[in-house]
Amino acid sequence: MQLAAAVDPQLADLSNKLIYSAMVVYTLAMFAHMIEWTFGSKGAVAVRSKEQSGTLAETVATAGKKATKQVTVTVARSGGGTATLTRTAVAGEGTTVVTTGRGTDEEDGPGAAGTNEKADLAGRIAVSLTVLGLLLHGGGIVTRGLSVSRWPWGNMYEFSCAFAFAMIAAYLVLLAAKKKVRWLGLPVVLAALLTLGIATTVLYTDSEQLVPALHSPWLAIHVSTAIFCGGAFYAAFIATLLYLGKDSFEKRIAAGLTTGPLGTSASIWRRLPAASTFDKLSYRINALVFPLWTFTIIAGAIWAEAAWGKYWEWDPKETWSFITWVAYACYLHARATAGWKGRKAAYLALAAFACWLFNYYGVNIFVTGKHSYAGI
Amino acid sequence: MSKTTTETELPPAPDDTAAERLSTAPVESDGPVGIGMFGWARWMWRQLTSMRVALILLFLLSLAAIPGSLIPQNGQNQFKVQTWKAQHTTVAPIYEKLQLFDVYSSVWFSAIYILLFISLAGCIVPRTWQFVGVLRSQPPAAPRNLTRMPVHAAWRTSADADAVNAAAHGLLRKRGFRANLSGGAVAAEKGYLREVGNLLFHLSLFALLGGFAWASLASGTGGKLMVEGEGYSNTITQLDDFTGTRFYNNQDLDPFYLKLDDFTSKFQNKGDQIGAARQFTANVEYYAGSDETKLKKGTIEVNHPLEIGGSKVYLIGHGYAPVVTVRNGKGDVVYSGAVPFLPQDGNLTSTGVVKVSDYGTGPDGTKTQMGFSGFFLPTAPLSFEGTGPVSLFPGDAAPELVLNAFAGDLGTDSGLPQNVYQLNTRKLTQLTQDGQPAKARLKPGQGWTLPDGYGSVTFEGYKQWASFNVSHRPGNAIALTGAVLAILGLIGSLFIQRRRIWVRAVALPGGGTQVELAGLARSESAKIAEELAELAVDLQDDAPAVEDEDDTAPEAPDAPEAPDASEETGAPTAPKTSSGSAVPADQNSKE
Ligand code: HEM
Repeated sequence: MQLAAAVDPQLADLSNKLIYSAMVVYTLAMFAHMIEWTFGSKGAVAVRSKEQSGTLAETVATAGKKATKQVTVTVARSGGGTATLTRTAVAGEGTTVVTTGRGTDEEDGPGAAGTNEKADLAGRIAVSLTVLGLLLHGGGIVTRGLSVSRWPWGNMYEFSCAFAFAMIAAYLVLLAAKKKVRWLGLPVVLAALLTLGIATTVLYTDSEQLVPALHSPWLAIHVSTAIFCGGAFYAAFIATLLYLGKDSFEKRIAAGLTTGPLGTSASIWRRLPAASTFDKLSYRINALVFPLWTFTIIAGAIWAEAAWGKYWEWDPKETWSFITWVAYACYLHARATAGWKGRKAAYLALAAFACWLFNYYGVNIFVTGKHSYAGI
Repeated sequence: MSKTTTETELPPAPDDTAAERLSTAPVESDGPVGIGMFGWARWMWRQLTSMRVALILLFLLSLAAIPGSLIPQNGQNQFKVQTWKAQHTTVAPIYEKLQLFDVYSSVWFSAIYILLFISLAGCIVPRTWQFVGVLRSQPPAAPRNLTRMPVHAAWRTSADADAVNAAAHGLLRKRGFRANLSGGAVAAEKGYLREVGNLLFHLSLFALLGGFAWASLASGTGGKLMVEGEGYSNTITQLDDFTGTRFYNNQDLDPFYLKLDDFTSKFQNKGDQIGAARQFTANVEYYAGSDETKLKKGTIEVNHPLEIGGSKVYLIGHGYAPVVTVRNGKGDVVYSGAVPFLPQDGNLTSTGVVKVSDYGTGPDGTKTQMGFSGFFLPTAPLSFEGTGPVSLFPGDAAPELVLNAFAGDLGTDSGLPQNVYQLNTRKLTQLTQDGQPAKARLKPGQGWTLPDGYGSVTFEGYKQWASFNVSHRPGNAIALTGAVLAILGLIGSLFIQRRRIWVRAVALPGGGTQVELAGLARSESAKIAEELAELAVDLQDDAPAVEDEDDTAPEAPDAPEAPDASEETGAPTAPKTSSGSAVPADQNSKE
């Protein structure tokens, strides 16, 4: 009788410890973000565009008469009103762009910290903690893979760890790219903690080799793209929710009310980006991910063809991937259909994400099909 | 801030609709036009091919796919369907009527996707023609009033109007726009690949559907179980079972020969996943067609089917086949061979039967037959007490064969087909010993002397068997091509922005030149403003802005338009307001 390749128990154990440590650090980051939000409400909510028009004026002033080329573009907003974008190039320095200012009438809020310095410090600490957590988290995933010398996504526990990692990493990449997304910190860290929590309790499986059905290079391709898509859909979901919230808030303010929807504090909403920013963000992410999701499904079909002899069998996992795909296609269509933009399209995006979530957890837990892995 | 400074309305003036439509998507129509059947039919067709109905159909499609994932489906597991029906006797007939056990081939599911594809055809074909037309013609001429477009900029320069227009034309070309200078304005467009991608994506959905359809009309699958050392020819008589379709049936089977040399299995031997399978490999020999000299060696693993001719052979199951020798009372060997036993659980507790139809005469002198039924346990426990005969581990750590013996009539001569894995005990009597059913636990090499002079059984050893799925499925290449094109199309459709830019420079009556730029893109595009700004900055090399004296009201065209005095096409609206301010329009008015 032959035995399967061995598992390195020390590495497997180290992996678990690293994942737990990452969870602890993320929890601290979450607290830091909460402090940021709390203190942030104390500072005055600055109007960013005002700030910016200040810097713009300054830059133009310092550039002085040298600023020979300057253009202001007026952009009509779908809700009425306009925004402007100004681009200045300094003479003698080619077409170096000095500043791009943007004044809008539904401006983006200043972020969670508002203008409060303590809150800003808390926010910075939170981001540092998140980076530390991510390093531990990544270490946990790598050691898990090393302990069995294979890709570390062979079961639900491992997918979930990788998925939470993808989510946090995506957020930090956006931050590193100087996007103003620190307000995303709290929801993203919360979502990652939730995912890891479910993974380590409900879904946990020991580090082991894989059943033969998973011995395939498609495991790396299909599953890693699926994980990435999941993380991104999650982010778009958060943006969609915030769009709905901020949109209600803006409508309520316009109607003369002083609080956000569901009795939430106006100060929170005011610090967040504008509804249209959220709307655009969620559309962009969804649109970006849709081709990749299509690819994931096709890669899965190719793998199924190799493993089971048929590329499509309406296995529950396949079916729900298809449902999710059609739901997102529906959302994209809605965005291109007159009268279906805005909130209606956002509801479709939420429905599509619900399909995705069900596919991820529901199908594995409640429905039996061919996609049942070791453990769960 | 006050909203009064700028009130740019969307969409722009009606004469600019051509400019506004950046998508070839069908426009929504309101109600039936014309009268009678024809009007209605046309209206219905318009509705069916409208974006709104496509949206609804897509939504319905995703809803309709749900029940199939929650209710067992005939196409996947008929056995599960039977069990489910037995458990839910009240609703089962209703579900049956609603075709809920065959969702994906049901009338209603088919209706939705067929309608969707009709809608798609009705939408895509006209769009394709329309798009070809767009490619052949020039970008749509500049709208009369550029500062009423959603994205715009304007300034005043002292450069010559014609020179500015020519410079803008050159700049736009350099940026990869299709640009056309005529009537004192430049019209330019870029990002046609978006539309190409969109059309390609939708068209390739047809290829996908075609691949599916072809596969369901011309595929067939057969099953074959082989013990190590056995081989078979791929014909209907030698396959264990076969399901064909209209264009691939009994006579169309791909001719080949396949033999299982040996089979390797590996299992997890510790931890909480003990017993989980880790590796299965079938080493085989085969040749396509009928030329024995072309015999080749190959392996089949779970994710690695073997392609022979037009068929693929998949490994789908495995188990053990004990080798037994049966001798009759006289000591003659009446049976010898490997008998596949079927696994009953994850640890490969296997059951099976041995049928000895040519036993000869029994101890009583009459012609008789013998049958054995029993278990094969790859890893047998020390004692069966409490558990019965169950295996502890799927690997062969402590193999044992457990047998009961029967004598009488097997029923094999009745001419009816028989299940080789079951004993029909109707005309058989179980052998007994000391009043108890005779039973034996054998280790490899051990023999069992049967009671009442029936001879003996020897458990010689065991082999492994593997079962294969022989599948012929055409249409995969079509579907795959469709899928790849769909992704490419999607990338084009979602990542490329189609946008238009217009530039118009007009000599002002009082001297100087008014330069106006406008851009139009889908609402999702924030980049158009930046692109326009970049272009404008570049253009200022040729058309430097001059300071204005009355700098108070930057370009704000909502001051009642001088009722379009100049009706000649292409003629500019004389700008009422001065432009070129360094300060964005609405920042002046911020509190
Ligand atoms: C078979 C199911 C269909 C699927 C999966 C599907 C999917 C998609 C997707 C994902 C997009 C987004 C691409 C983008 O935003 O540019 C899109 C756009 C579009 N679809 Fe479909 N579609 C389907 C059927 C249809 C039908 C039946 C029609 C015609 C009524 C149609 C017309 C369009 C149009 C016009 C666009 C582009 C809108 C624009 O210019 O932005 N589609 N489709």
